[in-house]
Amino acid sequence: MSEITQTTPGAPDDSSVSGTSILLDQVTKRYPGQPDPAVDGLTLEIPAGRIVMLVGPSGCGKTTTLKMINRLIEPSEGRIVLGGDDVTDMDGDKLRRRIGYVIQAGGLFPHMTVENNVAMVPKMLGWSKDRISKRVDELLELVSLDPALYRARYPKELSGGQQQRVGVARALAADPPVLLMDEPFGAVDPITRQRLQDELLRIQDEVQKTIVCVTHDFDEAVKLGDWIAIFSNGARLVQYDSPERILADPASSFVEDFIGSGAGLKQLTLARVNDVTLAEAVVARFGDDAKQVLDRMDKASHDHAVVVDDRDRPQDWLSRRQLGRMETIPSEADPHLPVVGERATLNDALDTMLVSSAGAALVVGRRDVFRGVIDVQTIMDAITAAHEAAIQDTGHDAPVGINTGSMEQVAGNGKAAGNGQEPDGGPAPDGQEPDGGRSPNGQEPDGGRAPDGQEADGGRS
Amino acid sequence: MWEFLVDRFNQILFSSWQHFSLVVQCLILATLIAVGIAALVYRSKGLTGVANGISAVGLTIPSFALIGILIAPFGFGVTPAVIVVTFFAALPILRNAIVGLTGVERSLVESARGIGMSRISTLLRVELPMAWPVILTGVRVSAQMVMGIAAITAYSLGPGLGGFIFTGLSRLGGANALNSVVVGVVAVIIIAIILDLLLLVLGRLTTPRGIRV
Repeated sequence: MSEITQTTPGAPDDSSVSGTSILLDQVTKRYPGQPDPAVDGLTLEIPAGRIVMLVGPSGCGKTTTLKMINRLIEPSEGRIVLGGDDVTDMDGDKLRRRIGYVIQAGGLFPHMTVENNVAMVPKMLGWSKDRISKRVDELLELVSLDPALYRARYPKELSGGQQQRVGVARALAADPPVLLMDEPFGAVDPITRQRLQDELLRIQDEVQKTIVCVTHDFDEAVKLGDWIAIFSNGARLVQYDSPERILADPASSFVEDFIGSGAGLKQLTLARVNDVTLAEAVVARFGDDAKQVLDRMDKASHDHAVVVDDRDRPQDWLSRRQLGRMETIPSEADPHLPVVGERATLNDALDTMLVSSAGAALVVGRRDVFRGVIDVQTIMDAITAAHEAAIQDTGHDAPVGINTGSMEQVAGNGKAAGNGQEPDGGPAPDGQEPDGGRSPNGQEPDGGRAPDGQEADGGRS
Repeated sequence: MWEFLVDRFNQILFSSWQHFSLVVQCLILATLIAVGIAALVYRSKGLTGVANGISAVGLTIPSFALIGILIAPFGFGVTPAVIVVTFFAALPILRNAIVGLTGVERSLVESARGIGMSRISTLLRVELPMAWPVILTGVRVSAQMVMGIAAITAYSLGPGLGGFIFTGLSRLGGANALNSVVVGVVAVIIIAIILDLLLLVLGRLTTPRGIRV
């Protein structure tokens, strides 16, 4: 398998990226008997080693778009380029063996054991028995299932979350550079979904595939996506940008509606506690003299002191009033202490503050060692800063994504939001044949949001 | 009765075996034909309707009439018997095979195609195994049904226990006539039960644990 690792802008620089870039080049899908194409002249660049989320309302063509990448649905027009190879005309079955595919609930074969499910693709590729067996163990461990325990089980003997994990393991079996996921976490309960999402991010850290994932859940897109492509009906790409920028600067009222209320809150899920500067605190230990602690609080002009134990783990959080009533600090622990880990999102931190009604929370690092205090003002500042940074960032490194004849929708920062741009108002896709020089390397965004060649093409037809 | 049994024990055993063998071989043939046809039609709504229609209408044809008609082109003997038994055996299997194949979840087929299985291998390795329990139920229904039909094929001098029944009926009132009929009928019932048990065991052995109910 030839894996061409392209360095696309916005892709991680390290060499551990095993994914390849994907390019949908003016892809159109028409179904017989339907006047409007399901997907109309879509050009979408998916950078190597990144997670791209396709989101949009039901029936907007996002799933059709996804399935055209592995040609489960054959495009009516346009080219599909995978890491530099034009795969539009190659054997579909062979192509799909090179692309991992995960559907809702995993799509496991109920009549096969976990082992046989995972081994399906390697078997088709003619791997040796030993190699397959080793690979199955490796993959089950990757998705946190004990091979000894789960190899011989049947899918019905697994929970929904476990089935989904096996589905991911099966998709990764032959180490494909690309992973397609169609609403992968739609069928599991919210808690399991969250765990699976975290797991996917962890696996992605390890394997660095190019992942294209369809979802209708915008929050999921924000959580998982390096880039988010928002579609409206007819697979019209409304905005294709980083989660930060989409939240800070939605391209149209459609995107705003789709984000729903609480765009600010959603931004909180993008930043982590250790991204912001924590406030210092007056630290006291069990048995310290209360007067001295109060003096130190006066000096620092703080109203509270944090009590830590001998391993620096926060135990209590005392106010001036409480301290005034004590001689020495008692070795008591407050079970309701508002504590957040430093890897927690700002959203979690804010939630902890609200629950504890303290307006602030204690941040702990590894082994629960006390790190500092985070308060509402810190979060406000962080969000304002992130918001401004996202707007300032013109998104010059964003991958290309346009619909034929509606370039300004995305290119012009979307504010023009070409609602009047009917699909048939654009140049006919037939006139948009790739001009030979359109090698994927030539497709790298050259600083502008739309490749110049695109414009020229549009003008010619 | 006892004497009749003892006197003709070998003949009864031989006829029972022939009856059993006729039914089993025709069932195998019928299963292959029916599943083959089902595999050809199940993806098309129209063809599925036609196949189901044929299967429903076919079952209304009186087996006695069909065997009578078939004697003209094929003569007496085994050939018309095999054709009739296979024909009737195929009908319930065809219907069940279609139900089984169309009942396989589309998402499963899509997931098979999505990981790069070809059309044929999806059918052989996913759809047919998933439909197998339903197909096998059809086989069991067929087995019971054609046990009786196989007896009727004795009219064309085919093999099996039908001979006892027909000779008995034709000289009813004569010596051992009733015995002959009773032996034929009871033997058919016994081998029907045996075959059903065998099919049950076959089902246990061939249904993967993952889809056993």
